[in-house]
Amino acid sequence: MPRKRKPAAVAGAIVAHTVLLLGGVVMVLPMLWMFATAFKTPAEVALWPPEFLPKQPTWENFTGAFETAPFGRFFLNSVFYALVSTVSIAVTSLVAGTVFAKYRFPLRNVLFALVLATAIVPFEAYMIPLYVQLVAIDWINTYQGIVLPYLFMAFGIFLIRQHVGSAIPTELMEAARVDGAGEWWILRRVIGPLSGNALAAVGIFAFIQGWAIFIWPLLIANDQKLFNMELGLTAFQFQFSADIGKLMAGSVVSVAPMLVIFLLLRRRIIENMALTGVKG
Amino acid sequence: MGARIRRFHRRHRLMLFAYTALLPVLALFTYVRIVPISYGVYLSFFNWNLLKPRKPFVGFDNYLQLFDDENFILALKNTTLYSFSVVILSTLIALPLALFLSRRGRMSPVYQTIYFLPVITPLVPVSIAWKWIYDYNYGALNYLLSLVGLPSIAWLTDPAIALWALVVLGIWKVLGYNMVLFLVGLRNIPSMYLEAASLDGANAWQRFWRVTLPLLRPILLFVLVTSTINAYNVFTQVYVMTLGSQSAPGQPVRMLVFDIYTNGFQFFRMGYASAEAVMLTLIVLGLTLIQFTIARNDPAREA
Repeated sequence: MPRKRKPAAVAGAIVAHTVLLLGGVVMVLPMLWMFATAFKTPAEVALWPPEFLPKQPTWENFTGAFETAPFGRFFLNSVFYALVSTVSIAVTSLVAGTVFAKYRFPLRNVLFALVLATAIVPFEAYMIPLYVQLVAIDWINTYQGIVLPYLFMAFGIFLIRQHVGSAIPTELMEAARVDGAGEWWILRRVIGPLSGNALAAVGIFAFIQGWAIFIWPLLIANDQKLFNMELGLTAFQFQFSADIGKLMAGSVVSVAPMLVIFLLLRRRIIENMALTGVKG
Repeated sequence: MGARIRRFHRRHRLMLFAYTALLPVLALFTYVRIVPISYGVYLSFFNWNLLKPRKPFVGFDNYLQLFDDENFILALKNTTLYSFSVVILSTLIALPLALFLSRRGRMSPVYQTIYFLPVITPLVPVSIAWKWIYDYNYGALNYLLSLVGLPSIAWLTDPAIALWALVVLGIWKVLGYNMVLFLVGLRNIPSMYLEAASLDGANAWQRFWRVTLPLLRPILLFVLVTSTINAYNVFTQVYVMTLGSQSAPGQPVRMLVFDIYTNGFQFFRMGYASAEAVMLTLIVLGLTLIQFTIARNDPAREA
């Protein structure tokens, strides 16, 4: 239906775009301010009235931050937690999601409902008992203790179950069985390769979550060697809160990987998050 | 007879595989979800201090104490005010934005990217950046105020104002997510419904209230539920932005998770903190149930 643009519609469009544009500026400005400040000299940071962009951009704050605190180590720890969590969530989601979607066994629905129901309970509500459990097995202040709660994601299982249940025909699995394939082989060679998109969605979700974990490591990591970027930044903030330039440089280092991932995969991330949200 | 036995064996083989494959996942699930959730409820009935060997059973004492605890009451009030503000305001802003975008699709991907940016960025660095913006002496916000001749505001050190400073950050963080959800919901509404309504003489306002909004209800429900759960767990921003430090020696804005953290890990009163945690769970579950009930009782859905 071709439409003629009435003056009122044009005015409406202008208003709409102005609002959207202003909102967009508010969305990116804090991040831009963080980046701009990270490249300023201490004198420029303290300048009043402030200038938005650094006159002589410098890497000083970055090298300074890495010298003052072991941000290199924090960064690697963040990578480690996010990767371990992502791989584990991908594997457990694929296995459990497939089993819930394609196999019949007693208690199937009860178990699946249990997995979903507990997902509503916020982590913050059971972090204390979990802490006490880890005291008992002596896992406080350890790498494995930090990643433990992030090795599994109810939402991932749900997502893979939806995908495998609707997109992969059971006949395909039957055909493989007739050819003498075992169930693990089918999982690895048939279901896995056909679930690339769903697994990527779960993986991206898990990585973003794993990169930003904060309250749990705050509770159980006492040793600086175990800190991730988030924890390192807060510790740095409390010790050197006056050093805004370095603080912003550290923040940029923590934000940058997520920005890169987001800009590379933005359509996929947005669609995934939205679609999975809608289905959930 | 032979075929039946074969089928029986096959069924068992598949079932055996299902259990074997699930076992490690379920074991992990039990250890990191089921056990702590139930153990937390158990702890809440004890005077349980990590550092004291005697941990006597106290029944509902912890819960009764909570209602006399000024910090808890304040945290409950603050968190509720924060959550309702973030949820309602972010929905009220995201929905019209999504409506605009759904009709003018050309620029939509660009705006979506921009608005989604805060959603994927980690909270700690973002909170640090906002803290710098809110800074009393050198903050960009007070500078902007000074440009229009307004006095500086103690955004983070005055608890009454700091709550709203946190609300702004909360909305900023979640807005893009809600907007994209609404966009997908709007895209899934068949255009023939709206066209039919137009032919029947419905104006834009009526089309929104009578067609779009009822069809958007499931997504609206999802947005409300997820943002409420999220908002009630607010912690990181509070910890980073309002906890005492050299530049902001402020009184923190009391929020529920922050109070749980303080009682559990600074005073080691883990039984008491567990009772608080159970209350948090009940509140979140209760609000979710209420939202579901309202959505189900909607007259438009019965048609």
